[in-house]
Amino acid sequence: MVASREEMMRQMRRPRLWQRLTAGDWAWAALVALATAGTFQVLGDVMNGYEVVITLFTAGMMIGIGWHWSASKIYMAAVCALSLFAVMRYPTLEVAQTDFFLQYLLASQSAIMWMSALFPAATLVYGISLFTGNVFTGRVASTLTWFGAGAGMVGLLVRWHETHLFAGGIGYIPVSNLYEVFVLFAVITALIYLYYEKAQQTYSMGFFVLLVITASVGFLLWYHFDRGASQIEPLVPALKSYWMKIHVPTNFIGYGCFAIAAMLGVAYLIRARVPDDSKWAQRLPTLKQIDDVSYRSIALGFAFFTVATILGALWAAEAWGAYWSWDPKETWALIVWLNYAAWLHLRYTKGLRGTPMAWWAVIGLFVTTFAFLGVNMFLSGLHSYGEL
Amino acid sequence: MVQNAATVTDSPSGPKRRDKRRSGSIWLEFLGSMNLAITLLVVVSIASIIGTVLPQNNPYNEYLIQFGPFWFEVFRMLNLYDVYSAWWFLGILGFLILSTGVCVSRHIPSVWREVTRYRTHVRERSLLALSNHRRWQADCDAESAEMLADSAFRGYGYRTRREVRGDTVILAGMKGGATRAGYVLTHVAVVVIAVGALIDGNINLKIREMTGDLAIETRDLPVSQVPGESWLPPESGSFRGNITIPEGANSGVTFLQVRDGYLVQELPFEIYLEDFRIDHYPNGMPSSYESDLVIHDPALEEPIRKTISVNEPLTHRGHTLYQASFTDGGTALDLTGHILDGSGASMPVDGRVFENLRLQLGGTQRTLEIDDFQLFNVNPDPRAVERTGARDEFRNVGPSFNYTMRDDAGQAREFHTYMAPVEIDGRWYYLHGVRSSPGQPFQYLHVPADDDASMGTFLDFYAALDDPNRVEQAARRAADGLLSQMGVANPDLGERVAGTADDMITTLLDGGFGAVNRQLEARVAGSNRPEMLLEFSRSVLQRTLFEIYREVLAARQGVQLSMVQTDADQRGFFEDAMNAVSTISDYGAPVIFSIDHFDHRQATGLQITRAPGKNVVYAGSAMLTIGVFLLFYVSHRRVWALITPRDNGGADLLMAGANQRQPEAFAKEFGELADAVDQQFERDNTDRG
Ligand code: HEM
Repeated sequence: MVASREEMMRQMRRPRLWQRLTAGDWAWAALVALATAGTFQVLGDVMNGYEVVITLFTAGMMIGIGWHWSASKIYMAAVCALSLFAVMRYPTLEVAQTDFFLQYLLASQSAIMWMSALFPAATLVYGISLFTGNVFTGRVASTLTWFGAGAGMVGLLVRWHETHLFAGGIGYIPVSNLYEVFVLFAVITALIYLYYEKAQQTYSMGFFVLLVITASVGFLLWYHFDRGASQIEPLVPALKSYWMKIHVPTNFIGYGCFAIAAMLGVAYLIRARVPDDSKWAQRLPTLKQIDDVSYRSIALGFAFFTVATILGALWAAEAWGAYWSWDPKETWALIVWLNYAAWLHLRYTKGLRGTPMAWWAVIGLFVTTFAFLGVNMFLSGLHSYGEL
Repeated sequence: MVQNAATVTDSPSGPKRRDKRRSGSIWLEFLGSMNLAITLLVVVSIASIIGTVLPQNNPYNEYLIQFGPFWFEVFRMLNLYDVYSAWWFLGILGFLILSTGVCVSRHIPSVWREVTRYRTHVRERSLLALSNHRRWQADCDAESAEMLADSAFRGYGYRTRREVRGDTVILAGMKGGATRAGYVLTHVAVVVIAVGALIDGNINLKIREMTGDLAIETRDLPVSQVPGESWLPPESGSFRGNITIPEGANSGVTFLQVRDGYLVQELPFEIYLEDFRIDHYPNGMPSSYESDLVIHDPALEEPIRKTISVNEPLTHRGHTLYQASFTDGGTALDLTGHILDGSGASMPVDGRVFENLRLQLGGTQRTLEIDDFQLFNVNPDPRAVERTGARDEFRNVGPSFNYTMRDDAGQAREFHTYMAPVEIDGRWYYLHGVRSSPGQPFQYLHVPADDDASMGTFLDFYAALDDPNRVEQAARRAADGLLSQMGVANPDLGERVAGTADDMITTLLDGGFGAVNRQLEARVAGSNRPEMLLEFSRSVLQRTLFEIYREVLAARQGVQLSMVQTDADQRGFFEDAMNAVSTISDYGAPVIFSIDHFDHRQATGLQITRAPGKNVVYAGSAMLTIGVFLLFYVSHRRVWALITPRDNGGADLLMAGANQRQPEAFAKEFGELADAVDQQFERDNTDRG
């Protein structure tokens, strides 16, 4: 037995973060650092202070997420590499019509179309996997989802470049109209789902979550073909703000989480009606899994939605002159927030579980959808961009 | 099951139950209760929904029209037109603050106990009930086993306490108490934000209004005439006001919109607008706009000069000035009114945007309200659209202005007139838009521009149509020409044909070609060759008009009529002129304008706010953010070790742990910890039980 207490503590200490990191983790950090340095090398002189901070923050997040979630490293690296490849083939907008890679794969419209095909395909395959209980099929569906999320992300990043190719200095981050945020929503929801899929080691939730993503893809396609919404248009001055770069993505993490929780609510309601000894009980996710992921995603969503609403208030203070104007969008954000606060309280302090909470989460999605879409369609206000 | 032992003592509801018995205050219990909290959350949500479904703060007339007198009054009593400052709404919010405040203050003692007390009073039985536990029968003595357990806990970041019960040593450890701080922070933050919001709310105004100290002005008055009871002194509270300042003007007040009227808020300084600029995208949308402001404050030695733009406000003495909008600031226009009564007369009209003028137009009177002026108009370039289908090439067709003409019966039409001619399909026109109600698109009168790029030729032509002499002569020439072309020499017939031409022109001026056609069709009906007659009459009209046009050309060029040769361009002009003449009958105003000169003057729309509670709200928001993340992502973990010496000199060691929030993560950590202990024992060949 080792004699000294210090010695013993040293031996038993929980490995520190840097001791737990693998060589792959270090390589990842180095890669991100290198890419960030490269970014500053190329774009440094056109960035302002905020953009430098946001870039550094993004790099930090990418490293952290990569360490925490191994599969995401490949995703981020592939998305960045493909986007970079596309951007380098893109001296002017016209090239998109002639360059093979751009035309069929990587121009934002093409990439987003790929996304729009891959997500429904993934939904179908998840459905088959759920129906047959076949694990391999589930793995295929999961891969399709990764690819869909990748295509969507590449589409957005390349679109960012495309906005800058337009005449007259239009360039903006593509999270500023409904078309763009729908892509963002699909990608973010898919990624959050993939994280929980890995954590829970089951493909059985995929079908439910992918349904809502497919629904948003359906809306996106309608919006694209019927309304020509994919057109790049200049921003109104109020949207030209660095706040937008952080406010909108933060918000959509919230929306994505709430959507996942709602679809799991549906899964819960179905599973709760299935007798425990039936074959469906084997194939559907367990009530415990659903409950767990629902709580975790509502908590994550609530945290991010809180931050997003505060960021929105800070931005409003700067653009409209008041941090809170009871504008319909703001008011509905508050309603969504209060709704999930009530959900968390019921679960946490009353210990309420099961069917009522599942119903509440499902109804929560309607509230959220109204805040996201309904407000733009039916109510007018200061958030008048992104009208239908 | 998993955390039974912990759940009972872990949740704030445990101590709360004890509090209940002690205090017995039903009211506090009610106010701080979860049920009330959830009910309030839901009620606030529903109340907020009302405010988004019913448009807020519209003019009261609109509500009256929408709901009718009865419901208008009911909704007004309930303050539904301004829900968010209604008494009842603020009351619910107040209740929520109170409830959350009571709740958090009642919980603070128990939270404090939670994070400061080590639970050393555990029993072996309850530890064994936890799913995370492991036992060893160690060869080493109790002291070493204790040191080992203690080191393991500390190595994993737990703070520990030791207690001796008989010959058993109990080590209790915990970490992650910050999550409890998260609970307090989150709830205190809700209270702090709400208090900040109340400071910035208009309760102060409401009280002054109730006491009759303040009256909302609903009339549209110049500032100097607004009565004193609608004024607010500087720095008296929070407000959000708007003011429009033209270039070269200044203002020391701002207007607060309240329900169906406004209040005048005095500022402790004067704002002077030196210059206003707009930048545009190629498609003409504003890309940014900015104002050069000068702040004259008696408390300052030097005035402040600053340029503000959207998203870049200026803050001075707790007041923040935002670039909110822009309008015309009273651009001066030198116009010429061309009266369309056949007199060919014109008159100079000098006005400014937003000015109303009385015009004497020949025999009639009109009020001219100049509504707006646009320095330029950018549209997709039709040539590019035609060539490549591209909608991203644009052209600027120059300045224009909008005005409303009202006759004495109050009938109004809106007009939109361009300063410069616009090219359409290779020909140039002066465009004069008109519409009879604001929702409609403008219909344009296309007045062809002549070689001097002026409307002169057309106006002369139009005036000539009203001159009986010239029409008659032209009609004669046209009739004679036509008849001789047909080989008919009959002066009498010529006379009669000329007469119908005269008639047709009168109809044309009154009702356009549509009316002429209807008149002709009525006249030829019943004759035996109506088609031919129609054809003939139209030719007569056309030729007559052409003769008049030639004559106008001759007069303008100062040459003999016989010398006038017309080329394709002029014949095109003639076609356009005929169309324009026909359209004028629908134009609805006895005058068209040309813009001779303008002096552009813009005005900036500023929003001025004072929000003393803003920093309170921001501080609350920071607390909320930190609080929520602590609450969700730090978990309060407890571990225990029970060390009991055995007779043979060895010791029994039981280690256990509990965590409510993240059971999986905790199970993993506890497993690692226990494995680390295992390894130490293995080295000593300890027999594990
Ligand atoms: C009015 C009375 C209120 C009471 C009695 C109350 C009580 C509680 C209690 C006991 C908890 C559990 C704390 C823990 O797990 O350590 C909690 C959590 C929480 N409260 Fe409240 N609360 C109230 C109001 C509010 C309000 C107005 C909000 C903001 C909308 C809010 C937001 C939260 C959040 C976000 C949590 C975390 C839930 C979770 O841990 O999953 N609370 N509250």
